[in-house]
Amino acid sequence: MRSLFRGLRPRLMAAFLLLTLLGAVAAAGATYATARNLLLEDAQNRFMNPLVEDVRIYAPRLTVPPRQQDLDDFATYLRGSAVVLFEGRRSRSGPDQSFIPAQMRESLKTSRTVLWQRRTDLPHPYVVIGIPLLHADGTATGVEVWSLTSLDAPQRAIDSFATAAWVGVSLVLPLALGLALLTARGVLRPVRRLGAAARALGSGRLDTRVDDRGSDELADLARTFNRAAEQLEATQAASRRFVADVSHELRTPLTAMSAVTAVLDEDAGSLPEDTAVAARLVSAETRKLTRLVNDLMEISRFDEGRNVLELDDWDIGTAVRDTLAARGWTSAVDAELPEGVVGRVDRRRLDVVVANLVGNALKHGGAPVRVAVRPDAIEVSDSGPGIPPDALPHIFDRFYKADTARSRSEGSGLGLAIAWENARLHGGTITAANAPSGGAVFTLRLPW
Amino acid sequence: MVLLVEDDPSVREGLGLALRRQGHDVRAAGTGEEGVERLRESRPDIVVLDIMLPGIDGFETCRRMRVQAEVPIIMLTARGDDFDVVAGLEAGADDYVVKPVEPRVLEARIRAVLRRTVPEPSAVERHGSLVIDRAGLQVLKDDVKVALTPTELKLLLELSRTPGRVLTRQQILEAVWEHDYLGDSRLVDACVQRLRAKIEDVPSEPGYVHTVRGFGYRFGPR
Repeated sequence: MRSLFRGLRPRLMAAFLLLTLLGAVAAAGATYATARNLLLEDAQNRFMNPLVEDVRIYAPRLTVPPRQQDLDDFATYLRGSAVVLFEGRRSRSGPDQSFIPAQMRESLKTSRTVLWQRRTDLPHPYVVIGIPLLHADGTATGVEVWSLTSLDAPQRAIDSFATAAWVGVSLVLPLALGLALLTARGVLRPVRRLGAAARALGSGRLDTRVDDRGSDELADLARTFNRAAEQLEATQAASRRFVADVSHELRTPLTAMSAVTAVLDEDAGSLPEDTAVAARLVSAETRKLTRLVNDLMEISRFDEGRNVLELDDWDIGTAVRDTLAARGWTSAVDAELPEGVVGRVDRRRLDVVVANLVGNALKHGGAPVRVAVRPDAIEVSDSGPGIPPDALPHIFDRFYKADTARSRSEGSGLGLAIAWENARLHGGTITAANAPSGGAVFTLRLPW
Repeated sequence: MVLLVEDDPSVREGLGLALRRQGHDVRAAGTGEEGVERLRESRPDIVVLDIMLPGIDGFETCRRMRVQAEVPIIMLTARGDDFDVVAGLEAGADDYVVKPVEPRVLEARIRAVLRRTVPEPSAVERHGSLVIDRAGLQVLKDDVKVALTPTELKLLLELSRTPGRVLTRQQILEAVWEHDYLGDSRLVDACVQRLRAKIEDVPSEPGYVHTVRGFGYRFGPR
């Protein structure tokens, strides 16, 4: 349940609903209370005022203390709607006096004004009125006129008011919900776009920009995002340019060095032992450095988008067989290369990818290494310990080495990155995983 | 004899040393102008030409050399950029290697380009107005000798060996350039362009070397 309210949208909607509910209830409540009072007052006055007036007119005719006949006449004058009491006696006509609350009866004994009380102890609400008859000097005569009237009609009106108020609230709520959704969308869409852009930026697409039109806070945020992305892109471009420049500058001296490595190798046998070791070392390292610089240049070309595909129809099984044969791996690899899988690929790049994957499996995995051409993919699997789970997401990163203890000598550290870039240039993918039976599995999928 | 045109003294010295060890006679030049001059004087068997040169660059040097002689030219490209490769091939280079180059790679390319076409004891073939003499290693067009570079000659002999049959670029690369594996098919395309310019009546509407889209080339007069 908690996660349900974690998003901005549910929170906004909840806030809108609550606000609407509160507002509607407050408005309806206030209206209800006011209307109720007005209706009740009106009902009371319409009943009470004529009664009080009648009592006022009749009072001077009444002899005090009154006889039973006087009480009856008075009650008759009041059309039987009221009961007239005097010290334990009562008029014969008029309602039964049990409706008079004892406490009210007591209060009226000393009261010089009309007393009334709204009561709800019966199924239908009603009003009790007590009128004391006073002497001319204002003292009580002991004669009391009591009456009651139902408040049913006004209560019904009040009830229908309440119902209307609730109906209003329930009608407004969906509107509020709709408004909440609209507002949420207005806020959330730019937020979501920013989120998607940030994810894209994070996954390396540094040319990602968001629409920053507008003048609100979100547009401000979008502009900030765009500026950050621009800076990031510029920084990355500069560092890549630097790598490309460095590699380029290394090429000329490396060409000179590389040219003479064969001489060192050939003559090492006739050199003093230390010198021979040194010569072979220089020669071997020069070759490695050459490979590294070549790989760096290749990666730089990918970064600068200067590599292009030369697509042609090729039999994939044959292409892979040629790749293995060209590197002398035919006997080292267990290959499953059916004929008839034809794909439109750049064969040189496919060769680079397969060579890097198989080379990687031979170096880091365990024998036997298997290469299988499937109708939609090429699978390279080994029988080694597999790739540690924490290394899997980084296996195609540049210079990433799963085993930190692994010596530098096993390759440029760019092989898998170059393979990945080549697959991407084709619009395909390479994925790395561990087989259930152990060993790493690299799957190359190209849209052939 | 190899003519090495390279401005960097260390590269010149290193490559010169390596080539000499392979048994080549090496002449070196530090600029394009000097290279063109040396070509005139010394008639080398092959030119190894750097692209980045002071003064006239490798492309222009290549064009000037092409005007002078049918000598095979291998470009040394420092970038491996597609643009450089295409421009180099268009300027008339037979092959290219990317710096830093391993000596054995350069040596293999040189040997492949230098390998003479072996004369074959076969009759003179006539294809339209084109006469191919495999024994004399000559090509006549309208009875006039066509000046072909060794690579162009090899390409034409290879294509015309099986008239009407399609050869893939890869097959051509292996047969003509001896690229044992996955050469750059643009070498074939560039060489075909140059060959067409020399033997076709209208190079843009070839009558001898036909392009078979997606596969390769086919030889056959209309």
